[in-house]
Amino acid sequence: MKRLLSKFGFYASVFVLVSPAVLVFLWMISLSLKNELDNTAFPPVFIPNPPTFANYLDVFEKNNFALYLWNSILVTGGAVLVGLAVGVPAGYGIARGKAHKFAILILVARMTPALSYLIPLFLLFQITGLVGTITALVITHLVITIPIIVWIMIGYFENVPMELEDAARIDGATTWQAFRHVALPLARPGIVVGGILAFIFSWNNFIFSVVLGGKASRTLPSAVYNSLTFEQISWGPLAAAALLVTLPVLLLTVLAQREIVAGLSAGGLKDG
Amino acid sequence: MTSTTLPASSLTNPAQAPAADSQDFTPRYWLFSLPAVLIIASVIVFPWLFTLYMSTQDWKIGGGQEFVGLQNFVELLRDPRFIESMGHTFYYTVLAVVLPILFGTAAALVFHREFPFRGLLRTIFVMPMMATPVAVALVWTMMFHPQLGVLNYLLSLVGIGPQAWVYSPNTVIPTLILVEVWHWTPLVMLIVLGGLAGLPREPYESALIDGANAWHMFRHITLPLVWPFIMVAIVIRTIDALKAFDTIFVITQGGPGTSSETLNIFLYLQAFQFYKIGYASAVVVIFFVIIIMLSLLLLYARQKSKWNA
Repeated sequence: MKRLLSKFGFYASVFVLVSPAVLVFLWMISLSLKNELDNTAFPPVFIPNPPTFANYLDVFEKNNFALYLWNSILVTGGAVLVGLAVGVPAGYGIARGKAHKFAILILVARMTPALSYLIPLFLLFQITGLVGTITALVITHLVITIPIIVWIMIGYFENVPMELEDAARIDGATTWQAFRHVALPLARPGIVVGGILAFIFSWNNFIFSVVLGGKASRTLPSAVYNSLTFEQISWGPLAAAALLVTLPVLLLTVLAQREIVAGLSAGGLKDG
Repeated sequence: MTSTTLPASSLTNPAQAPAADSQDFTPRYWLFSLPAVLIIASVIVFPWLFTLYMSTQDWKIGGGQEFVGLQNFVELLRDPRFIESMGHTFYYTVLAVVLPILFGTAAALVFHREFPFRGLLRTIFVMPMMATPVAVALVWTMMFHPQLGVLNYLLSLVGIGPQAWVYSPNTVIPTLILVEVWHWTPLVMLIVLGGLAGLPREPYESALIDGANAWHMFRHITLPLVWPFIMVAIVIRTIDALKAFDTIFVITQGGPGTSSETLNIFLYLQAFQFYKIGYASAVVVIFFVIIIMLSLLLLYARQKSKWNA
């Protein structure tokens, strides 16, 4: 009896832990599938009956969603690719060169608030006429992607045994070849982890696009936020848009859970 | 700062490689880091230095600029709105650290045990920390609606009267904390879970023989062993809570009035609403000092807890 009771208590605590996440996401889905009448009804209508996809159509037809989606893909894609191209070799260089001071600088960069870079960058982009361009956003998003990728890659390269590269060099390989053909393939899981986390944090970023994005260049999070402030608020389309914005990241979380957990425990914790 | 100028000089003149980095220091590896060094110097280090310069200027976008020394800092300390925002930040940070640490540790203890569908349920539990904060904040905004929001309806089902949520100065910060806890408890859970995974079995076995109960085992074995991981979680949570922005900005913009205006929101408004970039830069400098001091303090505490454990 006591055993049964403690088992019940355990499952009750699992239920309590998981339900807030389930409730918010289900409510998000529910709002996005109901018409405006049901969404503003009191008491609330929980299950859409019948479900309508009008809100999703609305998002694409009236709100330029496709343009902002494309902007987000360009900005996040660009920042992640440049971040990998630059950050992976840097992680190798720091790990092998034992450049601990530079590693600490990277860590401090990850800890400071994003707003602290934004005022000078804003002035700089104003002078160069880049405010409101995708290029400015890609450059700024490097502030997010490079530190994450470098930090994760340091950890991975430090775990690649030096002996293999030494052996390659004795056989006549250059430092670059030892990196390219020995260390890099071994650190591939790290590249996947770093790339995924950099993608998520860059995709979710809001503040850079709020300050630097123009009407035509803003990314999804700030575009959806703007539709809240400047247009008449209707809950259905807004919930549909919110769901579409976060969907790629949630799918990635489900598909790559193991990599993400590995990356987070390797110290790639959260962005600025 | 010095470490970023160091790589360039050691590249052009390897002989000058500093001895401080020991005999393992190999200049040829600096070439690998060079592109990253250049980018980090221009988008991270340059902005920091330029912010330091701007903080000494009376500078408004569209207006002129003038050197004023420490005047911005003196003014800040006399600005009641700044002092108030410091208070809000402190209140917010304490709650946003303590609650996720408690819930996250409890969640880690639960997810450490084997049970059916554990993997799936853990994925669901972790989803909030990955979700786009702005998107989720919009849904919370709808849920907090005083007349039509689902939360007041759910409360009415259990006989609790309607709450003002983010619409009252008294409840706005606790309500924002609710969202923060929802978002970041999973992060604490993952960190502590990582600690639990590495625990040895022997102490538990001998404790069982000695007749210890579950609470005693948690208090005297589990907690001391995972404490270093909890310290890491506290460091990360503190820094993240200090710079919380997205959710607060989307849900309240610092309101009602200024009652949820934290340091970061104050900074944003000074810089990009009032365009007082000199003044705002002084806030950044103070912010920077607070964050560095806190990280040092917490890292020191972590070292200490390691030695005692």
